[in-house]
Parts: sequence; structure tokens; C-alpha cells
Amino acid sequence: MAEIMYWEGLRRAHDEEMTRDPLVICMGEDIGVAGGTYKATKDLYEKFGEKRVMDTPISEGGYTGLGIGASFIGIRPIIEIMSVNFAWLAMDQMFNSAAKVRYMSGGQLTAPCVFRSAGGAAHQLGAQHSARMEKVFMGVAGLRVVTPSSPKQAYGMLKSAVRSDDPVFIYEHELMYNMKGEVPDEEYFHPLEGSEITRPGTDVTLFGYNISVHWCLKAAEILEKQHGISAEVVDLYALAPLDRAGIKKSISKTHRAVIAEEDEAPVGVGSEIIAIINEECFFELDAAPVRVHSALVPQPYNHKLEKAAIPDHQDVVNAVLKMLGKA
Amino acid sequence: MTLDDKKRVLREMVLHRRFEERCYQAYIERKIGGFLHLYPGQEACCNGVMEAARPGHDYVITGYRDHVHAIKCGTDPKVVMAELYGKETGCSKGRGGSMHVFDVAHRFMGGYALVGGPFPLAAGIAKGIQLKGGDEISICFLGDAANNQGVFHETLNMAKVWNLPVLFVCENNQYGIGTAIHRSTAVLDQYKRTCAYDIESAQCDGQDIDTVYEHAKTAVDFVRSGKGPYFLELMTYRYRGHSMSDSRGYRSREEEDEWKQRDPINILRDKLIAAGELSMADFTAIEKATDDYIENEVMKFAEESPEPNVADLEKYVLA
Ligand SMILES: Cc1ncc(C[n+]2csc(CCOP(=O)(O)OP(=O)(O)O)c2C)c(N)n1
Ligand SMILES: [Mg+2]
Repeated sequence: MAEIMYWEGLRRAHDEEMTRDPLVICMGEDIGVAGGTYKATKDLYEKFGEKRVMDTPISEGGYTGLGIGASFIGIRPIIEIMSVNFAWLAMDQMFNSAAKVRYMSGGQLTAPCVFRSAGGAAHQLGAQHSARMEKVFMGVAGLRVVTPSSPKQAYGMLKSAVRSDDPVFIYEHELMYNMKGEVPDEEYFHPLEGSEITRPGTDVTLFGYNISVHWCLKAAEILEKQHGISAEVVDLYALAPLDRAGIKKSISKTHRAVIAEEDEAPVGVGSEIIAIINEECFFELDAAPVRVHSALVPQPYNHKLEKAAIPDHQDVVNAVLKMLGKA
Repeated sequence: MTLDDKKRVLREMVLHRRFEERCYQAYIERKIGGFLHLYPGQEACCNGVMEAARPGHDYVITGYRDHVHAIKCGTDPKVVMAELYGKETGCSKGRGGSMHVFDVAHRFMGGYALVGGPFPLAAGIAKGIQLKGGDEISICFLGDAANNQGVFHETLNMAKVWNLPVLFVCENNQYGIGTAIHRSTAVLDQYKRTCAYDIESAQCDGQDIDTVYEHAKTAVDFVRSGKGPYFLELMTYRYRGHSMSDSRGYRSREEEDEWKQRDPINILRDKLIAAGELSMADFTAIEKATDDYIENEVMKFAEESPEPNVADLEKYVLA
């Protein structure tokens, strides 16, 4: 197993899938000659040429729809949307065309597209460049949503997404592309459904996904070392469909839940998980579940305000201590 | 423009250039965060158009490359720099940052980060002017690559159907980040694209401010007289990378040098020198005075201003 970076995992998945199948293509702004804003398509333009590695105009709605149309007749496009903030412009096509076509055609057509996009608050990028938005995607019938938290997942999920007959939205994080981690040397396909216990524990479950898994892991370490609390970390790498069974299983063991998300709370991942806990295992609970989330503000530019708006591992620690009456 | 106007505009353009170069420095020193898009090379575009218009009276809206447009509308450079520093005294109270400079008092309606977003907003402002019966016009400054957004076409159509007083200024620097225009755009002459909507348009050099001014005068007069929308394309070049993370690998140093031969500030300077209105020593003195002003007033103000109070995080979310 080699240690590679998150972007290298994505790049490798592109490369392998495009080498295997000439109908796999990729498209997006500055992904070809420039190699991609986060290098996920580095050198692929030179290798596969401009017909399969397409530098698009700044026409998110247009090229997303075009990719979806191509997928109707068997092309497998990997569509990169430079920043999730720009995905708003493509959502009409993602939601109204890709997500619904299978159902409304009675199963005749399907849109096996992969949409990849970078979201999250990086450093002081301001209100229009810091959105998360996974909450918007996960509520749409007909769309799969995954959020890799490691290079291995990034690699393996993109591979699986390309092979999937459903449209898949892959939510990446701007701050994670240079994260390092082990990725199998042989081909690897990560499931697009389910969840993963990243760290077992007994006193409380910390639910995270994408970047917040890392806050949870750091929090779990602090909780154990400094407070003798055993926290289980569950990586909800698939947001649609959510792993109801996995959530129930962990709560039945720890009886407490803290959900960490970078998004704002209303209508978010946290509220959905709390609803699932209510539906699946309410009587297992020893404490009311708690959400750790961003403030409901457009992302401020000023660095102090930005920091105040966004949670981190310390907020997770504090939430657990409060829940256990230790704060 | 009178000779006095030209001398004033030269000083302004030097300020715009030095202000942006100073931002570059401050970014490297990590005083400015986020994305930073600089304007050097394109100064004659904003200045030429706004000399023909009425800064502070006409409404202006643009993208993320917005510092100079705000200053030209009358925003104090100090509060622009304070904004880039994220300070409470910044024109957007430190909440917006470089891409979101706003100064409504001077009718600078803001910088927006999503490419193409301002097109319909500009048309909407024009609709408002029309309803309220004022003599203002709405001016939208955007880049060449923005014209590939669907909303460009939607907006042009509506602007024509409703005969809106809006001037679209396309600063064609021939790149959208690292993608050269010919790789993304079917018709290279942007002014030709408006013919589908029967909108009056023109293209001219964007480096010589006299040329920009002459064309902008025609455009502004057209729009202000109630004849409807107008599209003006200015051929220009940005010297620096798209933003700070851009190493400009997609274009040659020769191409850059060629454009720098036609530097908008030098062109105006040399014309004034040739007319006997300015000496090289005068020009050097202007540069020096500008740098002193930026250091002693603009930077000092930004440095010494307070940060926003964290307790005010949720201020300005709702009315
Ligand atoms: C909707 C949207 N898509 C993509 C981007 C990323 N982006 C920012 S600026 C830019 C290029 C715009 O080029 P142009 O309109 O020519 O303006 P210039 O930067 O050259 O002044 C791109 C692709 C964005 N900000 N918004
Ligand atoms: Mg451009």
C-alpha cells in the first residue's frame, strides 16, 4: 500500500477508468490544459486528448446538461464543478434531468454521470465561495451522494461511481486535496452505500463525514486521553442513501450521539440523523442527540468571524463533555 | 476629456496601479486572505468608461476584480484596503473581502464572485431606474469568459425586450483563468454576439484611454437617451495571474511583454509629455506621491483599524 494524496487518488481513478473504457470522459473548467484546480485530472489531457478531457466554457448549466445527455446513450462522464458554489447553476440539470430521468421514463433511460465538486470553507474565501450544500443534494430522489474522507475513499468511490448506473454526486473538500493516506496498490472499489466505524468506542458515537470525520477522530483522542471517555467515530461517507442500520447499530451500543457537520444546522445532515435515530432506536438513547454545526450566516470574510462561524474538533469535545455532564 | 481631465485621470490610474500592486505585497505578507484578483493592465477600461459616465450617480456592478471600479465610483481607497484587511471599517464591514467590495452610497453596487451573476442584476437595476424615472444608467463590467453563461443571453434578451438603460462593458482580456478564449468560445469578437438580440454594440482598443473614452461616450449617451441597452467590448490584458495562485503557464512571456508595450498608463503619460503638459520628472513625482499616500494613509488606516467584534457574527444576516 502506498501513501498518496487525496488528489492523487482521484487522479488515479480517472486514469484507470479512462484507460479501461474509452467511453469514460471527463469535463470541467480548467481541467485539461491546466490540469484541474485541485489537480484531479493532472496530465490526463496529454494522455487522452481533448475529445475525452474537455475544458469547458464557464457554462455550468450547459456542460452539466451536455454530460447528462451523453450519458443517456452510454457515455460515462465525470463532470468536475470547480466549486460547489457554482453547482447551483448546474442543479437544474442534475436534479430535474439526471436524478429523475430513470423514474419518469419508467426505467428506460438512466444518467450514469459522476458529478464531482469541491466545497467547504477554505481560508477566507467569503460568502460566495465557502458553501457546503451537501444537504441540498442528499434530499433529491434518484441521486447518490458520497463524501470521501480519505485518499482511499476518494479513489475507491470515484471508481465505483464511474461504474454505477445511477448519477452520483461526490462532495470533496477544498482543504483535503493534499491530505495523505494509504491506498491499495491493486484496484479497489469503495461501496457507495453504508458507513464505517473509523474508531470503535462505547460511551458516545461521534457521527461525521468528509472533513468532520477528522474533527471527530481528533475529538475522540482528546476525550480518551484527557477525560477517559470512549468515543466511537462513525464515518457516514454515504449521505444518500444514509446508512440507517449502521446508525442504529452504533447507538444501540453507545446510547449517545453527537453529529458533526460543517454545514449550517437547519435542514442538514444532523437533523436527518436525529430523525433517523428517533425512527430507528429512540428508546436506546441515554441523552438527547446533539449537533455540532456552523452558524447560520453567509460565510464572513474576516478570519476571526470565519473561525467563529465554523466548528472544529474542540466544539465536538465540548458537546460530548456537556452531554456527559462533565463541562 | 480636457487636458486637465487627462492629467487627473493619469494620477488616478497611477493610484489604481499602485494600490493593486500594494495589495499583491500585502497578500504575500498574509495581511490579505482569500482570493485576490488584480487589475493592472486593464486600467484604461474602467477609467475610460467612467469618465464618459457619471461616477457616483450611475450605478456600477461587476465581478470579483472589483477594487478599482469601486475607487473610480468614489469609494475611499482606505475603506477598500480596510475591507481587504477584513476590518470593521472596511466598506463591507470586513464581511465581504476582496471579491465583495460594496459602496452603495457611491452607487457601486458590488463585486460578485459567481461568473455571470451580475448580468441580470445590472438589468434589474436598469429596470428600477426606468420605473423610478431617473436619468442614471446601469453599467455592468464583466470579463470575456462570463459571456458563456446562459444568463448572459437571457439578460441581453430581456434588456432589449424592455429597452432597459443598461451598458454592458466587456473587458476582454482573452482568458478565463487559464483557458484562452479561442478554446472556450465560438465567436472571438464578443461584440458580435449581441446581434442575436439586436443590441447596439462596438469593439475598441482598451489600452488607450482616449479610444475607450470616445467609444464609451457614444455608448453612455445612447443608453442615457433612452435608446436601450448597449454592449461595449474593450480589448485588454491582465498582467498578473487570474488570482494569486496562478503561475501563468498557459501563456507566453512574449505575449505578456507585447501587451506591456501598450501599457495604458504609459500611453496616456507619453501623450501628455508629447503635448508638453507633463515631464518625466512630473510623472515620477506623481508615482512617488501616490506611494506615499498609499503607505501613510491607506495602509496605515487598514492596519490600525479594529477587527469586527465576534459577538456581531450574525449582524447583517436579516433586516
Ligand atoms: C459560476 C462560476 N463558475 C466558475 C467560476 C470560477 N471562475 C472565477 S473567474 C473565472 C474566469 C472568468 O473569466 P472572465 O469572465 O473572462 O473574467 P476575468 O477574470 O478574465 O476578468 C472562473 C472560471 C466562478 N467564479 N463562478
Ligand atoms: Mg477574461
